[in-house]
Amino acid sequence: MHVLVAADWHIIWLRIFHPGNVFARALWLTVYISVVSQALGVALGLVAALMRMSRLAPLRWLSGIYVWIFRGTPLLVQIFFIYTTFNTPSFQFGKFWAIPAEATTGILALSINEGAYMREIIRAGIDSIDRGQMEAAKSLGMRYGQAMRRIILPQAARVIVPPLGNEFNNMMKNTSLVFTIGVYELFADANAGYSNTLKSEYFIAVAFWYLMLTTVWTFIQAWIERRLAKSERGEELSLRERLGAAWNPAGAWLGAPHR
Amino acid sequence: MSEVVMHATDVHKSFGKLEVLKGVSLDVTKGETLCIIGPSGSGKTTFIRCINHLEKIDSGRIEVNGHLIGYRERNGRLVEDSERNIARRRTEIGMVFQRFNLFPHKTALENVTEAPVHVLGQKKDQATSFAKALLERVGLADKLDTYPGKLSGGQQQRVAIARALAMGPSLMLFDEPTSALDPEVTGEVLSVIEELARAGTTMIVVTHEMGFARKAANRVVMMDDGLIIEEGTPEHFFVDPTHERTKQFLSKIL
Repeated sequence: MHVLVAADWHIIWLRIFHPGNVFARALWLTVYISVVSQALGVALGLVAALMRMSRLAPLRWLSGIYVWIFRGTPLLVQIFFIYTTFNTPSFQFGKFWAIPAEATTGILALSINEGAYMREIIRAGIDSIDRGQMEAAKSLGMRYGQAMRRIILPQAARVIVPPLGNEFNNMMKNTSLVFTIGVYELFADANAGYSNTLKSEYFIAVAFWYLMLTTVWTFIQAWIERRLAKSERGEELSLRERLGAAWNPAGAWLGAPHR
Repeated sequence: MSEVVMHATDVHKSFGKLEVLKGVSLDVTKGETLCIIGPSGSGKTTFIRCINHLEKIDSGRIEVNGHLIGYRERNGRLVEDSERNIARRRTEIGMVFQRFNLFPHKTALENVTEAPVHVLGQKKDQATSFAKALLERVGLADKLDTYPGKLSGGQQQRVAIARALAMGPSLMLFDEPTSALDPEVTGEVLSVIEELARAGTTMIVVTHEMGFARKAANRVVMMDDGLIIEEGTPEHFFVDPTHERTKQFLSKIL
């Protein structure tokens, strides 16, 4: 309590209600690093999951080694290793979107790390689909890739999305680690404020912003899950029920539609 | 002599150490309805799964419409065929599963049009009108936009039959199509299959429904322990079976 009463509320007020241009750019970096890393992480995870299920043993081993290393070592170590080993390029998309080289490094490290976690999630999703689905698709003349794309993955998505949402929630918070290699994202911005004033209120304000990001994501995730449930069975839970489920694991279990 | 659609010679198949098929040979001619009966574990399901290469045979050969299934000949030896060719052969063979295996994320109509559009490359409206006709024929004209989860077992199996027919197969395989159904809906599925039989569809039906075999089959085959031990007309089978094992089996089941 003492800390809160003694807090310099003025700083927090300013950081929340009067964010400047520098802050806006930092927020934008956090958002796109999260989104791009997660998207690449899902793609990597899908490739690794398919490799894991391959008939070719070397592909299975490669997939196993990948997960073993990147789940078994700290993300921060991976970020520093990639930062100090590879020269990553910067990118410029149109007039307004420039990705500095350090951010590319960050995206690279975060997505490779994320892919290792996504592999397990995607594999579990695919495994949850009855074997008969693949057999039915094949008996209709579909090839493996087509059956995966049109029959298996759309069904697996319903199983994959909830843990994927948790992963993305983590991803947004983990982006703060790339501040250590000089990316000026949300946390770097807060840290700069702190360095100038030695006031820890900057960290309360930045925590608020992370909380906003993850909260908005909760809503988006609930919406996506509702869409998936709808296309699956022609029945749906209300957005309120989905949100309840997202916030409360017991609710998720009880509220889960039964097959 | 009528045209042979399916020709199997000396088919062997093992799962690990367990030999499930011990040399099965069988011909099915065009327009014929063949029922395979036999106790569970006799290899009848495995055999029809081999016909569209859902199971890989260890030796012997299976041909459908004169094409080797799952393998091709190279320097006098059989090697497994490419995925593309295996898939192409399967488009000519319809399969109906015990557990329906409808695509739950697609409506009844979409289940039926899926493969004609995305495998055969048919135009969507053409596939749709054919699919509607098929669903009407199996008595589901009012369920076009219903998802499988909202259909009864019997309705699902009828959609599955329409789905297989939509490919215009020259051979239909039924793997115990009524075993997973409640007794009161078995009839609606069997009558659809009977109608197909009357219309001259070439088909192989693995079944425990002796009444159906008696009524719809042109020929019945009895399998036991990985071998065909007796074959003949339904009259022969149900009136005067010769093999001791067949007599035993029929007396238990009838």
